[in-house]
Amino acid sequence: MRGVATKYERDNIDTDVIIPGTYLKVHDHAELARHAMEGIDPDFHSRMEGRSILVAGRNFGCGSSREHAPIALAGCGVRAVLAPSFARIFYRNCVDGAYLLPVEVGQEAYESISDGDELEVDMAARRVRNLTRGEEHEIAPVPEIISGIIEAGGLFRYRVPE
Amino acid sequence: MNATERILARASGRDSVSPGDVVFAGVDSAMLHDVSGPGVIKVLERLAAEGIETGRVWDASRIWVAEDHFVPSAEKASAENTARLSEFTARHGIRRHFKYGLGQHGICHTISHEEAMVMPGDVYVGGDSHTNTTGALGAFACGLGHTDMAYVILNGRIWFRVPEAIYLRIDGRLPPHAMAKDVILRIIGDIGTDGAAYRAMQFGGEAVAAMSVEDRLTLTNMTTEAGAKNGIIEADQKVGEYLAAHGAPQAAARCGTSEAIRRADESGFSEVLEYDASEIEPLVAKPFSPQNVSVVRDAPAVELDKAYLGSCTGAKMEDLESAARVLKGRTVKIRTEVVPAAISIYKRALARGLIQVFLDAGAVIGPPTCGACCGAHMGVLGKGEVCVSATNRNFPGRMGHVESQTYLASPMVVAASAVTGRLTDPRDLQ
Repeated sequence: MRGVATKYERDNIDTDVIIPGTYLKVHDHAELARHAMEGIDPDFHSRMEGRSILVAGRNFGCGSSREHAPIALAGCGVRAVLAPSFARIFYRNCVDGAYLLPVEVGQEAYESISDGDELEVDMAARRVRNLTRGEEHEIAPVPEIISGIIEAGGLFRYRVPE
Repeated sequence: MNATERILARASGRDSVSPGDVVFAGVDSAMLHDVSGPGVIKVLERLAAEGIETGRVWDASRIWVAEDHFVPSAEKASAENTARLSEFTARHGIRRHFKYGLGQHGICHTISHEEAMVMPGDVYVGGDSHTNTTGALGAFACGLGHTDMAYVILNGRIWFRVPEAIYLRIDGRLPPHAMAKDVILRIIGDIGTDGAAYRAMQFGGEAVAAMSVEDRLTLTNMTTEAGAKNGIIEADQKVGEYLAAHGAPQAAARCGTSEAIRRADESGFSEVLEYDASEIEPLVAKPFSPQNVSVVRDAPAVELDKAYLGSCTGAKMEDLESAARVLKGRTVKIRTEVVPAAISIYKRALARGLIQVFLDAGAVIGPPTCGACCGAHMGVLGKGEVCVSATNRNFPGRMGHVESQTYLASPMVVAASAVTGRLTDPRDLQ
């Protein structure tokens, strides 16, 4: 996939800022998208216009297990999040629910990508290409089961090997 | 194998597992609440629309439901969510549904031990990140999202990557002014909110063996704030006695001796961290992260607006007893809310005179709910308000307005701070 990045230079972006607790009662995906990142950036929607990749610091999505978080981000057009590390439940939710692609990159990749850069994410080659800067970064190895679930389009479409 | 590996090996039908192995583990107990339940229902509806069979749950007797986050309902959406949940449990014959206003109910992680819903050695998954709490009963207890919980509800199993494990050996004796909450805050302050990411945290040592089951539950509860996959403590006879007293005499056969808590084969861990409990002081985690830890006596002299004694972390029976000992004969200076974590705890607190102590001190008592802890309802913070809280998170907006502030502390520190209106070490109360 290819897209333009919006970057937040911040570690530990938690689910309370991705979608605040008061919206946990909401299960309508469009409504959740309207409140995405409300706790960190009231201009998130305009910032994502024409863009599809989020870049952020380590431990992205820490905090609660709310699946509302990847749902709200996906509803704003986010197709991939690039970060040096992810909180485990957020990561699972993205992959198993097939909402968006969590992409683990090195700290130096995170630091070198700028807001507005055009990126190409190639999971098969485990490479992120920064088309704006002409740079290339490695994607951390993904366990076989996770790449299997990503390829299948979510956990329910994945055939468990016997 | 460490405790986590032993359980995952058994549950996946293997002789042994190692960190990095991916296993499909059979689930013994699965929990949904009034946020994850409707979320799972939504996933199931979507799957049904795609032609996937969702008509039957795997085992209604192993699934249980707690109404906790949005009870009592403050508005229509919450009321409708609980109604949908009731319709779902009735349709599938899920009988263990703890409903608000109908006998026992409370926060799911409290119900899990108050009602002995999980046994030592179980694989227990719940649609909530603090599911880690119940690992103090010697179970593999782990939080999952809605899609994963829907998968468990239909198939009775789920994939796990066997985690590396950190062993936290805590020896020495915890001083009377410090609590298990201070121990776990110290650890999170040291290792950070991703210090245990993807890993298990197993607690042991003299101090842990000496702790009550409820104190151990406080340790495992906040392993979530260190990013851990699960928190776990070997089950000893104390756990057996506790579960027997809560209706599960059969648990004792699954419990070992306290020797297993005192000492572990440390070669089974990727990291060992040692603590001396006697050096633990009353602590706070300052805004806006549970890792932003300071000794209470060194904390800033902020004016507080509210003290909150509630949640799965800080409103178990012994938490309320500790707070009541501080508040007895004293008066609070700031708005103070006491929210017992389950009706059973509320009843015991009433019978033992604790509720009277809180009311005489000037506090208000609320029905069991997660409401204020997650900034949902029942006492959210306004812009600029500052709270000292016995809960587990203090991210921006966690307990209300994004510009409110929360200091996390033990129930004793919360009670002492309620009396003075500023952050106070219980030893410094007049």
